Amino acid sequence: MKIKSFPHGVHPPELKEITAQKPLEKLPPPEKVFIPLHQHFGAPAEPLVKKGDEVLLGQKIGESKTLFSAAVHSSVSGKVLIVDDHPHPLARPVLTVTIANDGEDRPLEEEKTTDDPFSLSPADIRSKVKEAGIVGLGGAAFPTAIKLSPPKDKPIDTIILNGCECEPILTADYRLMLEYPDEILKGAELIKKATGANRIIIGIEDNKKDVYELFLEKSGEYSIETELLKTKYPQGAEKNLIYAILGREVPRGGLPFDVGVVVQNVGTVKAVWDAIKSGKPLYERALTASGEGIQDPKNLMVRIGTPFQTIIDYCGGLKDDSNILVMGGPMMGLTQWTTDVPVIKGTSGILAWKSVPLREYECIRCGRCLEHCPMNLVPTQIMKYVKNDMLAEAEAQGALDCVECGCCQYSCPAKIPLVHWLRLGKNKITALKRKKSA
Amino acid sequence: MANNTFFIQSSPHFKDRDSVPKIMYAVILALMPAVAASFYFFRFRALWIYLLCIGGCLATEALFLKARKKPMYSLWDGSAVITGLLLAMTLPPTLSFELVVIGAVASIALGKQVFGGLGHNVFNPALVGRAFLQVAFPVAMTTWKAPATLAVDTATFATPLGNLKFQNAVAEGTLTSLKDLFFGNIGGCLGETSALALLIGAAYLLYRRVIDWRIPLGILSMLIVFTGIFYLVDPNKYASPLFHILAGGLLIGTFFMATDMVTSPISPMGTWIYALGIGLLIGLIRLFGGFPEGVMFSILFMNTFVPLFNRSMRPRILGERSKK
Repeated sequence: MKIKSFPHGVHPPELKEITAQKPLEKLPPPEKVFIPLHQHFGAPAEPLVKKGDEVLLGQKIGESKTLFSAAVHSSVSGKVLIVDDHPHPLARPVLTVTIANDGEDRPLEEEKTTDDPFSLSPADIRSKVKEAGIVGLGGAAFPTAIKLSPPKDKPIDTIILNGCECEPILTADYRLMLEYPDEILKGAELIKKATGANRIIIGIEDNKKDVYELFLEKSGEYSIETELLKTKYPQGAEKNLIYAILGREVPRGGLPFDVGVVVQNVGTVKAVWDAIKSGKPLYERALTASGEGIQDPKNLMVRIGTPFQTIIDYCGGLKDDSNILVMGGPMMGLTQWTTDVPVIKGTSGILAWKSVPLREYECIRCGRCLEHCPMNLVPTQIMKYVKNDMLAEAEAQGALDCVECGCCQYSCPAKIPLVHWLRLGKNKITALKRKKSA
Repeated sequence: MANNTFFIQSSPHFKDRDSVPKIMYAVILALMPAVAASFYFFRFRALWIYLLCIGGCLATEALFLKARKKPMYSLWDGSAVITGLLLAMTLPPTLSFELVVIGAVASIALGKQVFGGLGHNVFNPALVGRAFLQVAFPVAMTTWKAPATLAVDTATFATPLGNLKFQNAVAEGTLTSLKDLFFGNIGGCLGETSALALLIGAAYLLYRRVIDWRIPLGILSMLIVFTGIFYLVDPNKYASPLFHILAGGLLIGTFFMATDMVTSPISPMGTWIYALGIGLLIGLIRLFGGFPEGVMFSILFMNTFVPLFNRSMRPRILGERSKK
């Protein structure tokens, strides 16, 4: 059996054993949910409800006319308390619909289930996916309907299912794959149909051998191929995953479309199946609440809009010395200043532990950042250009190719916040470009 | 309910355990066999030179950190100690104590801090200090004595390379034996004499992946090819490549100075050019230059190109099409 991989990358401590054996539990829906209208890559949705409205479970409460956006649905039934700015896990406050849960989960009256999803046309699949507000659940929250609409001149031949879950600590995708393999594979078949691809390959890291065996068994029943990948971060980064499995390089500044590939997270394809088969829009997701700072770590199915505090309480609370709260994984997640922020579609984990700040030294040009960069950049050189506002040079060195995976900063012995500088550089360069083209 | 407050920071939130001080102390540890060898061959004289060099470097570093309002913890990152150790190891054991201190001050002041401190210097600081002494006090810097393990009682004593260059040792048959070179039973700078001790330290650094293997491989293979050609053409005139590897400052320079992270290139391509360049220059100076030894000037010369290499060479980015 050949184990595939990509060059460079790092091996952070996995810490998956904390929650790996814990099945997904359904978190009881909270008394109030806070559903931000902007949870995805693209334009924010406009509210469709106002204060005092009665809403049903799965009712669409936000939508945008622009292509690059995603609809937002209510995750409970009840009454809209207010539509106003509320703390958001991705940064500044965002327009948010606050709903008081009546606890009855009253469903929509109109029947949206499909008896035979495979009889649907590709266009129908796409429109149902768009209607259900599905976005990439790996964390980037890219609207899935767009991923299913490749440009005419770029035919898709392969769907890659991303079952790597290469971020340490997180085990929600692992549990999804163990507990819902059929839903995942049926969802993948639908996506294959929608894009006109002719094969589905699932990539699984070799720290999840049981999942690999399970999907290998299923490969008779479904038209899928399974690939075992080396446990290495960031094996699940789109461009590296495509390179590891197919040996194809996504061109600089390009998308997987350019090499005939669509990559989907396993949670996303399950959501696609649920949306089309049972008419269930994306109002719930799997996540891992873990880390050494959480009393009783768990894998949970959580309604979108549930405050972090509710989840932390359900997990026995935080330990007294926890001083860092992260949404996502430890490598790419975002630190939070408050537990008031709600779970959004991109929340793959809620982590807490005790962080010890490290002393920063000057760069000694050891070269570890480029030795580990999966994109083959020289992060320290770009950092120096960004620090000196030499943006043209930073761009020539490939600043915009950075995927912010954090391998450079992880391996930096001088503890320089390289990702911060690269991100700043990227923002400045794109802002400058926007200004020039305007 | 616990009342926690949280840090806000940029991702990633996990960091590798290695750090700048750990890297520096690994280098210091790797130098210990050679330091021990120098105590054995040059006795107490060695101890005083080490203490003065390290003390001089730390004091100068502290002064600059204070004047430039840099954090004082940087003093203990180990880099100034390495500079002191390496400088001491490249000095003749006969050097007077004032000159030792002048060398230490010059290393840190001219070699490191004028450029902005750790990470900003172009040249290897210890070699800058040594070059300063070599130019300012050429006689004192080329007066050698026999190791304490040899029962020779003379004021001056030739190094193996000096012997080769000025006394026509190959033709005369008086070339130092490889065995003496290997164990260090020879004259020379304080810490460069024992090849064995240096190789033990080098093996540790390669194992810990502190130094880039490309640098020693590039230097050694270039030197072997260059001196090997001449040796094969006329073995009665030229010394063997193995002699050149074991003699003089080659091993300490190759494994501990050319590999200095700050002053060596960052990209693999630049590193190869840098290493091969050093090997070639050492061969040229040793065989055809005015000095018997060329390690110091070769490394300093190639250091000059490092900023240029770092700016102009970068690896091919994933997804980048090859240039037409």
